[in-house]
Amino acid sequence: MNTRRLPTGGQINRAKPLEFEWDGKPLAGYEGDSLASALLASDETILGRSFKYHRPRGLMSAGVEESGAIVTIGTGARRDANVKATSQALYDGLVAKGQNAWPSVRNDFGAVNSLFGRFFSAGFYYKTFMGLPPFEWGKGTGAWMWYEKIIRKAAGMGTASREADPDAYEHANGYCDILVVGSGPAGRAAALSAAQSGCDVVLVEQDFALGGESLSRVEEADTLSQELAALRAAGVRLMENTTAFGLYDGGVAGLLERVTDHLSAPPQWMPRQRFWTMRSRFTVIASGALERHLAFGNNDRPGIMTANAAKIYLNRYGILTGENIVIATNNDSAYLTASSLSNAGACVTLLDSREQILNSSQSGVQSTGVDVKSGMSILNAKGSKGVYSIDLAEKSPDGWRAKNQMACDLLLISGGWSPVVNLLSHRGLKPVWDSVNACFIAPDHHEPIAMAGSAAGIWDHAGCVQSGEKAADHAVAHLHGQRAETSNKSGGWQTPIEGLYEISVSGHQHKSFVDPQHDVTADDIRLAHQEGFVSVEHLKRYTTLGMATDQGKMGNVIGLALMAEALGKEIPEVGTTTFRPPYTPISIGALKGRNVGSHFRALRRTPLHDWNLNAGGTMTMAGLWHRPWYFAQPGEGIGEAYVRETETVRRTVGVCDVTSLGKIAVQGPDATEFLNRVYTNPFAKLAVGKARYGIMLRDDGFVMDDGTTWRLAENNYFMTTTTAHAAKVMTFLEELLQTRWQDLRVHLTSVSEQWAGIAVAGPQSREVITECAADPREVTDRALPFMGVIETTLKGNIPVRIARISFSGERAFEIYTPSDYGPAAMDMIWSAARVRKGCLYGLEALGALRIEKGHVTGAELDGRVTIEDAGLGRMASDKKSYIGSVLKNRPELLKDDRPRLVGIFPKDRREIFNAGSILCQNGNVSGYGNGWVTAVTHSPALGHWIGLGFIEGGHSNWIDREVVCADPLRKGNTPVEIVSPHMFDPSGERMYG
Amino acid sequence: MLRIQCPFCGLRDHSEFSYGSDASVEYPPLDGSQEAWHDAVFQRENIDGVQLETWQHTLGCRMWIVVERNTRTHDILSVRPAHDGMAQALNTSLITEPDQ
Repeated sequence: MNTRRLPTGGQINRAKPLEFEWDGKPLAGYEGDSLASALLASDETILGRSFKYHRPRGLMSAGVEESGAIVTIGTGARRDANVKATSQALYDGLVAKGQNAWPSVRNDFGAVNSLFGRFFSAGFYYKTFMGLPPFEWGKGTGAWMWYEKIIRKAAGMGTASREADPDAYEHANGYCDILVVGSGPAGRAAALSAAQSGCDVVLVEQDFALGGESLSRVEEADTLSQELAALRAAGVRLMENTTAFGLYDGGVAGLLERVTDHLSAPPQWMPRQRFWTMRSRFTVIASGALERHLAFGNNDRPGIMTANAAKIYLNRYGILTGENIVIATNNDSAYLTASSLSNAGACVTLLDSREQILNSSQSGVQSTGVDVKSGMSILNAKGSKGVYSIDLAEKSPDGWRAKNQMACDLLLISGGWSPVVNLLSHRGLKPVWDSVNACFIAPDHHEPIAMAGSAAGIWDHAGCVQSGEKAADHAVAHLHGQRAETSNKSGGWQTPIEGLYEISVSGHQHKSFVDPQHDVTADDIRLAHQEGFVSVEHLKRYTTLGMATDQGKMGNVIGLALMAEALGKEIPEVGTTTFRPPYTPISIGALKGRNVGSHFRALRRTPLHDWNLNAGGTMTMAGLWHRPWYFAQPGEGIGEAYVRETETVRRTVGVCDVTSLGKIAVQGPDATEFLNRVYTNPFAKLAVGKARYGIMLRDDGFVMDDGTTWRLAENNYFMTTTTAHAAKVMTFLEELLQTRWQDLRVHLTSVSEQWAGIAVAGPQSREVITECAADPREVTDRALPFMGVIETTLKGNIPVRIARISFSGERAFEIYTPSDYGPAAMDMIWSAARVRKGCLYGLEALGALRIEKGHVTGAELDGRVTIEDAGLGRMASDKKSYIGSVLKNRPELLKDDRPRLVGIFPKDRREIFNAGSILCQNGNVSGYGNGWVTAVTHSPALGHWIGLGFIEGGHSNWIDREVVCADPLRKGNTPVEIVSPHMFDPSGERMYG
Repeated sequence: MLRIQCPFCGLRDHSEFSYGSDASVEYPPLDGSQEAWHDAVFQRENIDGVQLETWQHTLGCRMWIVVERNTRTHDILSVRPAHDGMAQALNTSLITEPDQ
């Protein structure tokens, strides 16, 4: 390949040279260059190594279909692998490297694989390493797992950086009337026409320059800037560097905007990429067409590219790609390229596989000195790191026959054009085969989508412009509620294309690539057929055809044609595989946007968050909530801290932030009836000023949630739910009222954020409340007995709701105050507790206290537990019907041997055991065991570790039986004793007293 | 992404909504038979075509709505409030073609 930059011409700025680095070598290009064009102008021809055989590869195209020049951009944490050099804009200081090669792409040790190429046929790795025959037959997966690690290293692409991504990414939302994809002649015509009709139009272009095909047509390029100015003036929003990668339901398009990937020193405030969710009412797809290769011997050599690519390098980048050029074509499109190259000074031979060539398409080129040979094509390319000659093939009555050799330094292929129908295909519409134009085109459909330009199989400029205007008319009509069709006829060539996919002659064995990126050859396709893979979907997965980063843009149609030939069918009978998003690869970073680190998920802080931190609390996550975990004193770890907190609560008093509990205001004349239907226990006669613990089931009879509900007034209740199930309960209650029980006059309001919650628990909790209350007479034992509720104020006029309820098993109060009063209320309560040698306690101590009492939480109520299983059967009324009351009585759920809630002690009281362990009968640690452990803690009251769990038949079934707590991956077996879940103060004297 | 015409808020992304269940199910009375409850809770048609679904506008007005959707094309044919009184009050028992 003898490439040179021409002194004039193209869309590059020769006054602005840019420096960049390729495999450590300093090189230079110009502003407006792609990385590919700059490498080409610097005469770098070997830019990659193939996936399997490590064959040298050069540029094969000038666009997103590139399968040769796949490189790594950037260094360190910003290293970005598998970038197509053809779509990367050049910038000053760009650092690029070859990949999948050692020591370099020019001299790659891995190329030794090529010598054994005949063994590496389709399915080679699986066939060989699923147990090395005959010794490891039947070992299958095990053997594969071992070999896979080695194979993965040898075959492959670039390697991603292992460092954290230092760049920022954004999610953005957009709306428009009409989204136009592609800024070529058709897209521009559509956008202008639609905008002039008063529509809000967004036009997206994946390239770093707007213009599409016009960028590489001299006469169109001249007027491009005026056309773009006209578009802007008409109000069209133009977005370059933006790929429409997917089309979804409801007119939603996914766009990836590469904001800084083309900048040398991007400002820090800019995101690297922006992921757009664009909602349009109509989409015009003018995404162009991709030129196909042909399958022939050694068709992957550096120095072989599409004819269109040479035209782009010449007219857009001002590079003449060769001196002695051969073009092989089966259609008219290469003629223009041939004459441009000839005019630029190259010696050009055009091999047209068609025997009949109309004079009109010929005449234009002959005057420029192009040597046209009809009925000819190419059989094999010679040279390894470049092409120096080719073997010609000539049409014969029964196919092709080998002809003479011919010297050349560049080989251009035009095997026909594939319209980019991918986006339409994302809508579930299978493209149909157009045999006249030898390509897949859009089927008839009723989506608010129109195809335009070469994406609709239209090949001439005037036809493309016209189709764009028609698409705009269609779109505008649709927006006005009129039915319309875009009836664009494909075509535009003077001489019909010849369906040509492979040139081979028996006796001439060469590697001929169908999918160069995954090293899938024509023989691999035939082998797959021989082995019985007749469906294209199977063929694809077995040979990996079309599964590389280009997703079959280059080779799929050839693969289908070869399969059709092997099956003796036509291409449409074989069908095509489904295109799925994304059209081109998207970085994970863009998908995640700003949802990283602490922004990965929403964070809920209680109004007491800062208060807890100032008081020395260590926080932990409970769902989305940050809750205090423990309050360590100097020298304490979590173990010491929670044990001390637990002891202090039982001895004097403890104070805890319980804001995260769900809180729902249930109000209205039918509120009582409503609660009576959703809770298992009776609520009809709950007195005003009283709270009641209640359990809710799901429709299927399993426990959904538990909590207390306070009757504040006749028609006004305050319901609390568990932290974990707050949202689920709210949604379910709303569903009941809005769908099933529309007659009930009840209003629900989530007030979880409106109230701060503080639990005061311990023998001296009454004294603390009394000290804080504005009127101590209101909180006496008589005024506020167990399960009593009052609305009152604390000193300083702090409004509160207080209920005497207990989760800890101690005399305890829950105090709710409007969120903004939270810290002030906490200050007061805590100082009253502190003088009584009380403590602040966190989630860990809260857990220890409730485990000692056998109180259940989310760990036990996991959705598989019935009210009987949880030991709360007495809460299930048999005098009324409620949600779940029918299905909880299914025979299977009434069996005596269901796992029931139990307490667990270690046999040797000095031992520790783990939550998540399996409870098994001694000597029979296998399968699912007989039960499981849900929670463990050290119990200061009992002086040893205890647990809660479930075991078949419950406590009474396991008295005096040998049980082990099996934890094979961590602790092994611990002999345990199954006891009642009420392990501390079973009669509840401390709580009620 | 589906776009759902909420009768209260307008056209919104489906990500603002949560799917509920089959809106054609008639739940038995609370004291109904076990068979009736079993069928209502567990028996579901896997419809190829138009089906009625309940959705909640969870991140919006929190209203439950009934969506008539084609499972094959994802076309939404109509949307109405699940609560009949609401539907009547809004007088929008059927909103066709969210696009127009």
